[in-house]
Amino acid sequence: MAKIVGGVTTSHIPAIGNAIAKELFEDPYWKPFFDGYPAVREWLDQVKPDVAIVVYNDHGLNFFLDKMPTFSVGAAFEYTNKDEGWGLQPLPPYEGDPELSWHLIESLVADEFDICSCQEMAVDHGFTVPMSLLWPDRSKMTVKTIPVAVNTVQHPLPSPARCFKLGQAIGRAVESYGKDKKVVVLGTGGLSHQLDGERAGFINKEFDLMCLEKIVDEPEALARYSIHDLVRLAGAQGAELILWLIMRGALGEKVSKVHSNYHIPISNTGAGLLVLESA
Amino acid sequence: MPMQPSPTRDPIPGTTIFDGTMAMRGYALNKMCYSFNEAASRAEFLADEDAYCTKYGLNDAQRAAIKARNALDLLAAGGNIYYLAKFVGMLGLNVQDVGAQQTGLTVEEFKAKLQAAGH
Repeated sequence: MAKIVGGVTTSHIPAIGNAIAKELFEDPYWKPFFDGYPAVREWLDQVKPDVAIVVYNDHGLNFFLDKMPTFSVGAAFEYTNKDEGWGLQPLPPYEGDPELSWHLIESLVADEFDICSCQEMAVDHGFTVPMSLLWPDRSKMTVKTIPVAVNTVQHPLPSPARCFKLGQAIGRAVESYGKDKKVVVLGTGGLSHQLDGERAGFINKEFDLMCLEKIVDEPEALARYSIHDLVRLAGAQGAELILWLIMRGALGEKVSKVHSNYHIPISNTGAGLLVLESA
Repeated sequence: MPMQPSPTRDPIPGTTIFDGTMAMRGYALNKMCYSFNEAASRAEFLADEDAYCTKYGLNDAQRAAIKARNALDLLAAGGNIYYLAKFVGMLGLNVQDVGAQQTGLTVEEFKAKLQAAGH
C-alpha cells in the first residue's frame, strides 16, 4: 500500500532560482537560507520517497484569469517548465506518475473535492524552486511528481479550513492506493510577504514563528483563520500559508518535527522551512 | 498586532484585494502582461508599446500607467501583481525596485526595511 512518509514546507521565491543558477550558496546574504537545506536532503536520502505531491500556486504561467480553477491536479506523464518572462532559465521537464494522479483525482472527487484535472500543465517557479532546493542534482533525481495547483491569484481564494480538509482527503487518497509507494508532500510558498501596494515589504516575524510552531501539533488553530486574516497578518501573498495547510492535512494527526529554519529577508519574504515526518 | 482570527473584514491599509471587481477592471491589462511569458511578445511590445497596448485593448488609465511604469497606478487600473511582475521583470526591475516605488522609499531604504523585519 502507498504511504505518506512526511512533508516539507519551503518558500518558493523566484530570486532563489536566480541564486541557485548563480551558485550563491556561500554569499553572506544567501548563506543563512541555503544552510537550512542539507538537513532536508539528508532526510530525503533516508526516507527515499518515490513520489512528491507538490502543492503550489501558479503565478500566471499555466493559468490566466480566463479560467481560474480553485484546485487543480496534474495528470500528465511529464510537466514542463517554461519562460516566465523575467529571465529564469527554464529547467528540464519533471516526470509525472499519471496512474497515481488518476487515483488521486478519482478519490478526491468521490470525497466531494471537485478538482480540475490537467493532462498538460506547465509548472512555474512555485513548483521548480522547491524541487531544485530539495533535489539539486537532477541526474540523480528519481522521484516522480504530481503538481497540485491552488488559486492564490484571484479572490475568493479557498479558505484555510477548506485547504486543510483537502490535505486530509489527499492523505486518504494516497493511503487507499494499492501499490507500494512512498509519498512525500511538499507545501510551498510563504511565509509572510506582500509585493503590492503601499504596504509592500510587510513581513510579520511573530506570526511566521507562530505558524512554524502551530502547524506541527495544532494545525486546526491555523485553519481557523480566514483568508482576510491571513492577508492582514501575513501580507497579500502570505495567504500562501493555505498551501502549507494542505501539506499538513495530508500527513494525518500525529507528526514529528525533523528540522526547521527561518530567515528574514529573502527578497521581500520571511523564508520558512519545515520537515515533518508522519507517525 | 493582535493575532486572533477576526470576524470582520475591515479594509487593510495599503492593500487591494484582487477580487472579481478588480479582475474585471484589469482584464485587458493583465492579459497583455500574461503575454509577456513569450519572448516574441516582449520583443513586439518593446518595438512599439502603443501599438501593443492597442492590440490588447487597454483603456486610457491602463495605457498611461504602462507608459509611466507606475506600479500603484497599474494596480488601481486593475493590474494583478503576478502578471505585472512579468511587465516589470521585462524592464529589468525586481520586487525590491517595485516595492521602493510603491512605498516612496529608495531601493536601499526599502531593503533596509526588509532587513529590519528580522530583528
